[in-house]
Amino acid sequence: MPKITFIEPGGKSRTVTGQSGQTVMEVALKNDIPGIPGECGGACSCATCHVYVGKGWTDKVGQADEAEEDMLDFAFGVRDNSRLSCQIRVTDELDGLTVQIPEQQF
Amino acid sequence: MTSEKAIKADAVIIGAGPVGLFAIFQLGLLDIKCHVVDILDKPGGQCTELYPEKPIYDIPGFPEISGQELSDNLMQQAAPFSPVFHFGNMLESVDRRADGRFLLQTDRGVFFDTRVIVIAAGGGSFQPKRPPYRGIEGYEGHSVFYAVRQMEKFRDKKILIAGGGDSALDWALNLQPIAKKISLLHRREEFRANMDSVGKMRALVETGKLDFHIGQLKSLNGDGKYLSSVTALGRDGADIEIDCDTLLPFFGLTMKLGPIAGWGLNLNQNLVYVDTEKFQTSEAGIFAIGDINSYPGKLKLILSGFHEAALMAQAAFRLLHPDERLVFQYTTSSSKLQKKLGVL
Ligand SMILES: Cc1cc2nc3c(=O)[nH]c(=O)nc-3n(C[C@H](O)[C@H](O)[C@H](O)COP(=O)(O)OP(=O)(O)OC[C@H]3O[C@@H](n4cnc5c(N)ncnc54)[C@H](O)[C@@H]3O)c2cc1C
Ligand code: FES
Repeated sequence: MPKITFIEPGGKSRTVTGQSGQTVMEVALKNDIPGIPGECGGACSCATCHVYVGKGWTDKVGQADEAEEDMLDFAFGVRDNSRLSCQIRVTDELDGLTVQIPEQQF
Repeated sequence: MTSEKAIKADAVIIGAGPVGLFAIFQLGLLDIKCHVVDILDKPGGQCTELYPEKPIYDIPGFPEISGQELSDNLMQQAAPFSPVFHFGNMLESVDRRADGRFLLQTDRGVFFDTRVIVIAAGGGSFQPKRPPYRGIEGYEGHSVFYAVRQMEKFRDKKILIAGGGDSALDWALNLQPIAKKISLLHRREEFRANMDSVGKMRALVETGKLDFHIGQLKSLNGDGKYLSSVTALGRDGADIEIDCDTLLPFFGLTMKLGPIAGWGLNLNQNLVYVDTEKFQTSEAGIFAIGDINSYPGKLKLILSGFHEAALMAQAAFRLLHPDERLVFQYTTSSSKLQKKLGVL
């Protein structure tokens, strides 16, 4: 099962196991990772699940689609490797993925 | 505050989400008229704010219904009882008076004098997202604003609007004629907003009436209360200094428990404890239904909120009319109820 590492703004990191088919936001929520409230439950309508995709993973994770890109307008500190974690589906290829949690979601 | 200018009410519902809306209906059947307060400018709560187009599959009797449709239907169902809505109002304080009634106040100075309070505040009130910059609190209310309530306040100001949604564009267009200078800061060339507004905005940019910068807020410069400029991070990584004395950030809404935390109710993890007979809180006369409440076995579903509204209404009736007998009736067969619904 794919392992995902969440890096908190302070640098603390935690590696947890996700299940294929879950979203990265769901994995975070299930494991009580702080800083990803996922307020809209994954409907791509709140931007409170913003993460920075770790170095070397951006290609594998892929680009945000138009709706997600629009929603990223409501996040702060958006960078080239920004994604909404509720729009990233966990697959076996993403085993080892690291994502960084922004300073603040809102 | 004196209660003279307070609106006298049987019941005040805090929150016009699906559960608050159904409470109007249930209370209405028992002749309890409601005033309803919501910080948003429209009904529906999470259903219309977070997922208006998404289908819901677990509303009894509706194999599939969108968040918007559900809200519209609930409004229609509540209409015979002529509820009075106070949108754009955040309910701030609750004080119990000596006679057992409550005096309520909203942030816009609306007062209610009521016997029954129904907290249907869901995940909390929707509040504007505040940019995560240390010290922004000090500027709020002086040079940082999340809403425009009186346009005149912004006359002759050097305004910076940050964001790329409809609110950002609408206010850029509306304030442009009265502002001394107006700038718009957005992280990219594209906008997720009404095409017409985008067109108008671009036309203003072309004629030099509006400065458009591509970038993101980086820091606020000023004395801690009044802004002198804002630094943005441009797409190329270089800083952009924007001359402004007023900043309006529009980054959407987030749910915050808000003032309810200070009302002296028995809370746990931002939820209000209730009993499962009356759905009453630790304070007699204050009920809590829907996502905001907590009790053993609670499910945060719309359907549970509807059930809670029905039982709460019975308890509210008994509180308001301790000496009257409450007769159980069906809407299908009771001519009394049908008259209230306006179908007879
Ligand atoms: C993406 C998503 C999908 C969902 N899908 C389903 C589903 O399929 N089935 C289901 O049953 N449920 C679903 N839900 C949950 C459902 O939306 C909630 O259970 C429901 O909205 C709760 O209704 P409510 O009326 O209690 O609160 P809310 O809908 O949260 O409404 C509360 C209202 O109160 C207002 N408010 C709060 N405090 C104050 C104050 N102090 N002053 C003024 N106004 C205030 C808020 O602004 C808000 O409008 C879903 C939720 C989400 C986010
Ligand atoms: S959880 Fe709301 S956008 Fe991802």
